Amino acid sequence: MDAIIQAFGLVFTWPVLATLVGAALFGLLVGAVPGLTATMATALLVPLTFFMDPIPAVGAMVTCAAMAIFAGDIPGALLRIPGTPASAAYVDETYAMTRRGEAETVLGACVLFSALGGLFGTVVLIFAAPALAEFALNFSSQEYFWMAMLGLTCAAFIGATSPVRGMISLLIGLLVSTVGLNNAAGVPRFTFGSTDLMAGIDFIPAMIGLFAISEVLRTMAAGAPSWDNVQVKVGNIFRNWGGMIVRYWRQQVRGNVVGTAIGILPGAGADVAAYVSYAISKRLSKTPGKYGKGHLEGVVEATASNNAALSSAWVPALVFGIPGDTITAIVIGVLYVKGLNPGPTLFLFNPQMIYAVFLIFILANLLMVPLGWLVIKLARGLLRTPRAILMPIILVFCIVGAFASNNAAYGIVVMLAFGILGFFMEENEIPIAPCILGIVIGPILERNFVTTMIKSDGSLLTFIDRPIAAVLALALAVIWASVLYSTFRNRAAASA
Amino acid sequence: MIGRTVLAMGAAIAVSALGITAAAAQYPDRPLTLIVPWGAGGGTDATARIIGAGLERELGQPVSVVNRTGGSGVVGHSAIAEAEPDGYTIGIATVEIGMMHWQGLTELTYADYTPLALMNEDAAGVQVLADSEHDTLESLLNAIENSPAGTFRASGTGQGGIWHLALAGLLNDQDIDPTLVPWVPSEGAASGLQDLMAGGVSIVPSSLVEARGLIEAGRVKSLGLMGPERAELFPDVPTLSEAIGSDWQIGAWRGIVGPEGLPDDVATRLMDALEAVYNSEDYQNFMAAQGYGVRWAKGEEFGTFMEQADASLGQTMEAVGLAQ
Repeated sequence: MDAIIQAFGLVFTWPVLATLVGAALFGLLVGAVPGLTATMATALLVPLTFFMDPIPAVGAMVTCAAMAIFAGDIPGALLRIPGTPASAAYVDETYAMTRRGEAETVLGACVLFSALGGLFGTVVLIFAAPALAEFALNFSSQEYFWMAMLGLTCAAFIGATSPVRGMISLLIGLLVSTVGLNNAAGVPRFTFGSTDLMAGIDFIPAMIGLFAISEVLRTMAAGAPSWDNVQVKVGNIFRNWGGMIVRYWRQQVRGNVVGTAIGILPGAGADVAAYVSYAISKRLSKTPGKYGKGHLEGVVEATASNNAALSSAWVPALVFGIPGDTITAIVIGVLYVKGLNPGPTLFLFNPQMIYAVFLIFILANLLMVPLGWLVIKLARGLLRTPRAILMPIILVFCIVGAFASNNAAYGIVVMLAFGILGFFMEENEIPIAPCILGIVIGPILERNFVTTMIKSDGSLLTFIDRPIAAVLALALAVIWASVLYSTFRNRAAASA
Repeated sequence: MIGRTVLAMGAAIAVSALGITAAAAQYPDRPLTLIVPWGAGGGTDATARIIGAGLERELGQPVSVVNRTGGSGVVGHSAIAEAEPDGYTIGIATVEIGMMHWQGLTELTYADYTPLALMNEDAAGVQVLADSEHDTLESLLNAIENSPAGTFRASGTGQGGIWHLALAGLLNDQDIDPTLVPWVPSEGAASGLQDLMAGGVSIVPSSLVEARGLIEAGRVKSLGLMGPERAELFPDVPTLSEAIGSDWQIGAWRGIVGPEGLPDDVATRLMDALEAVYNSEDYQNFMAAQGYGVRWAKGEEFGTFMEQADASLGQTMEAVGLAQ
C-alpha cells in the first residue's frame, strides 16, 4: 500500500504530467502522418530521455507510443492510408463509414475502444504479469508456427467475403514476403542482384501503395467526383459513446481477451490480434453480411483487440526483458539506462517504480480520449476539401511516408508498384487486407517452420508432440473443418 | 523540450528531403546524416543515437540518425559506402562488414570506408539454462564432444551471424567438430533466448548484455566470455583463457565510418568530435548503464583493427564452412 502511495507521489507532479501531455501530442502528430510509425516516434524520443528522471522518461515513451498507435487509425479512416498493419485489418470498414458520412462516429469508436482495450491490457499486466510471462516463455517455434497459421486462416477464410478471393490475396502477400535475404538460411531470393531487394519488400510502402495509391488511381479514373454524403456531426459525444458501450460490450470484452492473449507472446503482437479478432467478430456476428461495407461491430472488436495486445506486450518485456515488438525493445533499453532493470527483481525491490509505470499506462490510455477527440475534430476539416484537391495531397503524404519507412527512394518505387497491383486486385474484387497479413506473417511462418524442422531433423511429428502446440493445431483443424462444412452446406443449399 | 525535438525533427526531415547541395564553407555548415544499418530498437540503433546526440553538441549542427535496414545489414552498409565523401553522411559500421563479403552477399569490405572511430565492443558469452547440469564451460564442451550430433543445438542470430561464428569458432578452436552443434537460425539474440527458455535449443552464444534480463532473473547462466578480460556487467563470468585456457576471442563491435576518400581535414574534425563524445560522461554512463562494453580506436588504428577482424573472421568462416 505504501508503495502505491509513493507511486502516486512520483507521477502526480507538474513536470511529469507536463511531459506526458507533451509526449502525447508528439505521438499523435507522428502517428497521424501516414507512413511515420509509432516505432519511429519512440526512437526519436530516446536521446531526449537521457536528460530526464526515470519516471518522466519511461512515461514519455509509453504515452507517445500509445498515442501514435491510435493516431494511425485516423489517416486509415479518413484517407484509406492505414498507419500500421494492425489497422489494415479493418481500414476498409472504417473508410466505408467515412464515405457514408460517419467519420466522426467511427473515429470516436476507435478512440473509445482503443482506450478501453489499453486499460484492459494494463489491468492484466498489473495483476498477472509474472505468471503470464512464465506461460509465454513456453512458446517455441512449433507454437509460433501454429499461431501464424491461425492468423493466416482468419485473414483468408473468415475475414474475407469470398474464401477463394481471400486465398488469392493471401498467396500474393506470401509470395511477396519471400523476396530478400530475410529467411532462415540467409540465401538471397528474387533479388536479381539488387541491394535494395535484398532487404525484401517492406510492408509499410507496400501497404500505403495497396490501400492509398490504388484509391487515388480509382478516384482519378472516375474524374474525382465529390462524395455523395455530407459528414454527419455527432451530437452529444458522451451519450453516443454510452450507447456504443451498451450495444457492443460483448465485442469489446472478446476483443480485449483475445488481444491480451496474443499480445503476451513476444513477436506475435497487435497485427495478428487485430486480424484474428475481426474474423472472430464476423464469425459470431448475427449480421456477418454487413461486414466489409462499413459496419462498426468488427471495428470495435479489432481495435479493442490491438490496443489490448499493445499493453500486454509489456508482460514479457517487464518480467524477463524479452521485447514483444520494436517499441518495447526501445523502452527496455531506456529502462536499463535509468536503472529500472526489467526482471522479477523490479517487482520485488522497486515496487513504487513499477506501480508508477503502471499508473502511467493508465494515464496514457485516459489521455487518449480527450486528445484523440480533439484531433478527430480537427482532422474532419480534411474531408470538406474537394476530392480533386485532396487526392494530390494524399499522394504527397504517401510519397513522404514511403520514403520515410527506410529513408530511400526505393520505398517510393515499391509503393507505386503496389498501388498498381492494388488497383487491379480491387477491380477484380480481390480483398487487400489478407495480402498485407501475408507480407507480415509470411516470414514468421516460414522461419518457424524451418527452425522447427532443423531442431527435429525433419520430423513433422514435432509439430504436435508439445501440449500447447497440439491444442493450437487442434483449434486450427476445427476452424478449417467448420469452414469447409459451411461452404459445402451453402453449396448444397444453393443447388437444391 | 518536446517542442524543440519536433522542430529539430521537422528541420531534419525537410533538409534530408531537399538534399541540400550548397558548397561547404566551414565544415560542418549544415546538418549531418548518420546511417544505421539496423532497425530502431536494437543496440546499434541506441548506440548510434547517443553518439548522434553527442556529435550534435560537438559539431554544432543537427545530426539526423537514419535507419537503412534489411538484407542482414548489406543495405545500410552499402548506403554508407556509396554516400558522397563530403563528411555530411557518415554511418555506424558493425562487425558484419567483416563477414558479409566472405559469404558472397556483397563486394563491400572494410576498405570501402574511411575509418573514423571504434566506439564499442561486446564479447560473445556462452549461455545455458540456469538449471543446466553443466556449471563450467569445460563440462559443457566435454558433453558436446562425447554426445551424438544434435544433442545440443544453439541459436541467437541468423545463419552465419556473429554469434553463430563465435560458437563454431570456439568448437573449432577446441578441435571439436562444429557440426556436432547444429545452428538454429533466429531473428536475433532475444528470440534465441526465448527459444532457450522454451526448451527449443540448449546454448545461446550471445553477448552478456543481450542475456542480461534473464541472467539477472536467475533463469540463464553464462559459462564463459570470449573476450580479453571479464565484463564489468557480470564480473563472475570467467574469460575463455581462465575457463579452458583458450585464447579464442570474438565479439560484436560498432564504429563510426565515412565513405572512402573523406578529405583529411573533415576526417580529423570528425575524429576529434568522436573522441570528445567517447570521453564524455554521457556516453560512458549510457554504455555502462545499458551494460555495453566500450572500446576506443581512432582513424588508422581503427582501420587496422577492422583489417585484422576481417582476416580472422574470414579464417574462421573458412574453417567452419560458412565462407563461399
